[in-house]
Amino acid sequence: MTDTDILVEVRDLKVHFPITKGVIFDRTVGHVKAVDGVDLRIPRGKTYGLVGESGCGKSTLGRALLQLTPPTAGEVVFDGVELTTLPAGRLRTMRRRMQMIFQDPMSSLDPRQNVESILTEGLQTHGIGAGRDDRRRIIGETLDAVGLPRWALSRYPHEFSGGQRQRIGIARALVLGPELIVADEPVSALDVSIQAQVVNLLDELQDNLGLTYLVIAHDLAVVRHISDVVGVMYLGALVEEAPSDRLYREPLHPYTRALMSAVPVPDPDVEDRRERILLAGDLPSPANPPAGCRFHTRCPWAQPTRCVDERPALREIGASRVACHWAEQIASGEVRPHKVEVQVTRPLDEGENPQVVSAPTEPGSYV
Amino acid sequence: MALLEVDDLCVTFSRRGQRPVRAVDGVSFAVDAGEVVGLVGESGCGKSVTSLAIMGLLPKQPGLRVGGKAVFDGTDLLQLDDRSRRDIRGRDVAMIFQDPLSSLNPVIPIGLQVTEVLTRHRGMKGAAAEKEAARLLDRVGIPDPKRRLKEYPHQLSGGMRQRALIAMAVACQPRLLIADEPTTALDVTIQAQILELLKELVRDSGTALVMITHDLGVVAGMCETINVLYAGRVVETARRRPLFRQPRHPYTVGLLGSVPRLDAGRGERLYPIPGSVRDVLPWPDGCAFAPRCSRRVDACVGEPPELVLSHDDRAYRCVNPAPLPGVTPGADVRATVPTLAEPGSVPAQAVPDDPPTVPGLNPAPREEEKP
Repeated sequence: MTDTDILVEVRDLKVHFPITKGVIFDRTVGHVKAVDGVDLRIPRGKTYGLVGESGCGKSTLGRALLQLTPPTAGEVVFDGVELTTLPAGRLRTMRRRMQMIFQDPMSSLDPRQNVESILTEGLQTHGIGAGRDDRRRIIGETLDAVGLPRWALSRYPHEFSGGQRQRIGIARALVLGPELIVADEPVSALDVSIQAQVVNLLDELQDNLGLTYLVIAHDLAVVRHISDVVGVMYLGALVEEAPSDRLYREPLHPYTRALMSAVPVPDPDVEDRRERILLAGDLPSPANPPAGCRFHTRCPWAQPTRCVDERPALREIGASRVACHWAEQIASGEVRPHKVEVQVTRPLDEGENPQVVSAPTEPGSYV
Repeated sequence: MALLEVDDLCVTFSRRGQRPVRAVDGVSFAVDAGEVVGLVGESGCGKSVTSLAIMGLLPKQPGLRVGGKAVFDGTDLLQLDDRSRRDIRGRDVAMIFQDPLSSLNPVIPIGLQVTEVLTRHRGMKGAAAEKEAARLLDRVGIPDPKRRLKEYPHQLSGGMRQRALIAMAVACQPRLLIADEPTTALDVTIQAQILELLKELVRDSGTALVMITHDLGVVAGMCETINVLYAGRVVETARRRPLFRQPRHPYTVGLLGSVPRLDAGRGERLYPIPGSVRDVLPWPDGCAFAPRCSRRVDACVGEPPELVLSHDDRAYRCVNPAPLPGVTPGADVRATVPTLAEPGSVPAQAVPDDPPTVPGLNPAPREEEKP
């Protein structure tokens, strides 16, 4: 793969949100490290899937990539242009080339705009199309591409079903002719039978238009289905990245293994045979992540040395990149899993005393 | 007689000036102790309303009509007055809801919410109740239960809240547990923990479990018998293996075809069901699934299809079911074979003289016989 094939490159991206306290003067008492040092590259025309549990920073990463959330540090290079330092005006014109599809189509579409107005807005902003008729033509073609009837133009979002609304959301992203689409949980709000329609649509659009996707989802099966490369995130950092087939066949990181074994498969035979790796406890707080390897508090393979005090970097093993000190030894069976006691992890100096009403321990609620 | 027998349950919501909505339209199923029965379907198929109706939790409003029977251990839950229903609810029958945050009281500590059940049904008080509550939290895998008892729901993570809810549900060792999408709001690793916990409960205390979910994967790993619901009616009932191996109803076939599987390859096309759940035909006018069905024939429209019983405890509501592999149905033989279904296993909607498929003609493995 040559460098010219890379459409998006993210280098050491960090997004930290301050935690403030106080009524008049906001004191910053800490940071939620939502994204903490992520490197990734997305080749043109390919799909990069990002999976992880809620609160692992996958959505923040997607938003930071499009500069919807300003990154704290790091670089995002889109087609050779560094986005983090780009002036606002130039960034606006660049946005035409990178669009986003949101999770919940009902809350991401303006209920008081009809479909035509939703789709024309972007065209007008970016000055695409010469006049009304030309724009109508572009919109019509887009509607055909996403499989919506032409009469949809005069309707409002509430008149559509969930799957159709998501198609409107996709049409809104497509109408500008983007190269990169960041899809944040594009199907998780939809019913099973509708999910498949939207997944197939995304696949078709990629084949026809040569789009590049960054698909963010918590559903490993969906991500595996549409992605060429899958990155697994845990507490703000990538723990493993591999071609999707390889990731499923040979998960190297213990977290990936646990995640894979937890996904239910609609097949009784598989379900009865497979071995579950049950993780103990919950995701630690990203405001106070564990030292060393962030997964060591829940890792059944954690070793007394290195795991606790040395943060593993992503290193290449075969076609995968893994952030684990013992990946080879675990794969060969040298390091055996053991039972993990649940550790209570909470934000710094909060919630220690049960009488004090502390901040929620669920990481996602900070963001 | 099974522990819970739901027979022809109907729930109708009517509003002035609008067509009445039949949310649940003649649902029948049975659960026995130590058994897990699944109700599967997409949003709007009536699975949650079914559970709420059994528990008597539907809001009392003028337009609501609940018909049919839900016999639990000899008493019809639907006929009980509020007082005796409250005695049973929480003690013999308990429920776990989908969203733990909205079903726990945010201004009352977890401990008080757990001990409330113990005080109401087991007459425990003070330190004894607290000790028991701590034991329950410990049993469902909440670390440091003594301290957690004093905490409020928002201080717990999603998985912990769901565990607390399960602790409340199992506080009185109920004989029947209804779990309405217990893991939908949770992450997969937490989901695996909760499902394991539920399985343990069924195994250790012989609780009957009704599992309501939209996730076929969850069902595949848990339930012995599965009822697939569509637009308020059961469209297919089968044991676990036959359902996944040889789904008969086109809707079940469609559901299985549209789920991306972790063990399938990249780019393998999914086969979605066209249209959406909104495109239903009202049942009296024919099969509700007909507008989306790929096996539609003329007989689908006009009259609702009856539930067809087949020899291996399975039933489907379809006039043109997906064929079993390697079987050519001999229609003439079928007509002469008497009903093989045992008395009591016949759901209410079934027509008794409905010809079942001939056992000899059908090489389908008798389900769950293999270890």
